Amino acid sequence: MTVISDRQRAPIYEGTRIPQPIPTMLRVSQELRETGDVMTVNFGPNHPSTHGVLRLVVDLNGENVVGLYAVIGYLHTGFEKNMEAKSWWKAITYAPRIDYLSFQNNELVFVLAAEKLLAMEVPEKAQWMRTCLCELNRIHSHLVWLATAALELGAISMFWYCFRERETVLDLFELVAGFRMHTRYFQVGGLAEDIPRGFFPEAQKFVDWFPHALDDYEAMLGRNRIWLERTEGIGLLSADDAIALGQSGPVLRASGVDWDLRKVEPYLAYGAVDFDVPVYPQGDVYARFRVHMDEMLQSNRIVAQCLDRLEAMEGEPWTSDDRKVVLPPREELHTSMESLIYHFKIVTEGYRVPEGEVYVAVESPRGELACYVASDGGPRPWRVKFRAPSFAALEATATCMSDALIADMIAIVGSLDTVMGEVDR
Amino acid sequence: MTYEGVPALVETVEAHGETTLVVDPARVVEAAMHLRDVEGFNFLSDITAADYLGWGKHGVSGYIGTAAGRDLNTPMTQGYQSLPKPKPKRFAVNYHLLSVSARPRRVRLQVWLDDGEPVPTVLPVWPGADWHEREAFDLMGITFSGHPNLKRILLDDDWEGHPLRKDYPIGGEPVRFSEAE
Repeated sequence: MTVISDRQRAPIYEGTRIPQPIPTMLRVSQELRETGDVMTVNFGPNHPSTHGVLRLVVDLNGENVVGLYAVIGYLHTGFEKNMEAKSWWKAITYAPRIDYLSFQNNELVFVLAAEKLLAMEVPEKAQWMRTCLCELNRIHSHLVWLATAALELGAISMFWYCFRERETVLDLFELVAGFRMHTRYFQVGGLAEDIPRGFFPEAQKFVDWFPHALDDYEAMLGRNRIWLERTEGIGLLSADDAIALGQSGPVLRASGVDWDLRKVEPYLAYGAVDFDVPVYPQGDVYARFRVHMDEMLQSNRIVAQCLDRLEAMEGEPWTSDDRKVVLPPREELHTSMESLIYHFKIVTEGYRVPEGEVYVAVESPRGELACYVASDGGPRPWRVKFRAPSFAALEATATCMSDALIADMIAIVGSLDTVMGEVDR
Repeated sequence: MTYEGVPALVETVEAHGETTLVVDPARVVEAAMHLRDVEGFNFLSDITAADYLGWGKHGVSGYIGTAAGRDLNTPMTQGYQSLPKPKPKRFAVNYHLLSVSARPRRVRLQVWLDDGEPVPTVLPVWPGADWHEREAFDLMGITFSGHPNLKRILLDDDWEGHPLRKDYPIGGEPVRFSEAE
């Protein structure tokens, strides 16, 4: 199950490095400040390497980072408030826009939460297709991470290679849902449409090609002397500190914790597919790079298994037949009065979701993505809250940077793989 | 699995396959310490505050128009068959805990608060609570006593009001430069 690298090291560091008393803030001591050697630099909010709009206020002593805190909120758009004012049916369109790189996973977690309250059965074909698309989405998200993280450290060619494959993945999404991003292909009860003809050969082509593309990336970056110099041994985070700070996903696995929700709490079809969880014990930026690289290969394996299963499910239902919640098939509207009424009620008023509160978590490309929803039994969610893995990842910035140089800052912040849209929501 | 040893436990609710532990807000740190050290919940996944103003009243679902705000969304709750169960107080703060261990499990720690009633910070228990508590303070106006840096996090420092409260209207924020000045 676990892949351990040959690059063994001593423990990352002794004890804890989480700053006190504020865990997310490095503070300059009064004596150092009085020497007059501390310069405060404002990094961002508009900077190409901040993956959005992140502002870091950095205190420098020479090239050493001695103080740091992050300022966020520039992309706050009130997704959660807006979703409270929309019917459950319409609120699904908001969820993918929170994280514009892992849109399918965001959509999934909201849909799963509504289905849990409704206690709905979802057909097997929908489960497998959701798994397939979520894994393609993970590849897409990791490709953008790899492209931009390498670009920021000067490896420009990585950007062109990664975006070549990213385009192919987006073409697959467009083939399935009609949109390249924010597909709204998942809905409560299953999928919005059946899998289109032509998806399987195209997807199979991608699955066959992608391992070769990964070899390309590996050849360019894996043993590249500059890349190793810039990433090895920096941005250290121990396993205990990572758990204490609520880190998840690739950051946690790069700190040596064998933890993946797809294995420990299997959802969708993850219990029935065969894949490995890459774990690296070094806790540095290079380990995070390795986790991302290995995960892409594992996701490709999962997609291949999903395609095999889905091709055998031709003609099976792709969505639940619960007419109180799921729209009736389009062709029935011309012949059935009852279908027309259900269609009208769902579109105008929305379906009602039973009273209660649930918390559903999935393994998004960035880690533990969770959705809390509370319902009063009405047609709109009472409260929606997203647990954004990027938000938690940024909390670790101060700990990772505690002995960093200013030049390492770009590599470290990049390695945490944050999407600012998701941080600010 | 029972949680009877949790200090200050008021009620245990099992619903939708999830466990909710309602505790006395004044002793939440004690309960949190117990859950971390005895029960093994070493990972704080999330802190969610929820406002239940207007819960279960007629014509209310998700949005309450105020005299000052625009009523963009006429409530559509005429067809209620039954009213939801009443809540003890206006605000709920939910701590979603996870055990990252060989025995993975989740639990929700819940406290109920009135407007302006503080709850002690759980920062000494889980350092990752820092920003989650600041977010609940910023958007919902929950005061976490003892937090060393309880400032707004997503909104501007001079923002007025807490937007996720139910009495904060959607569309009530005036758009700058909308009229000739």
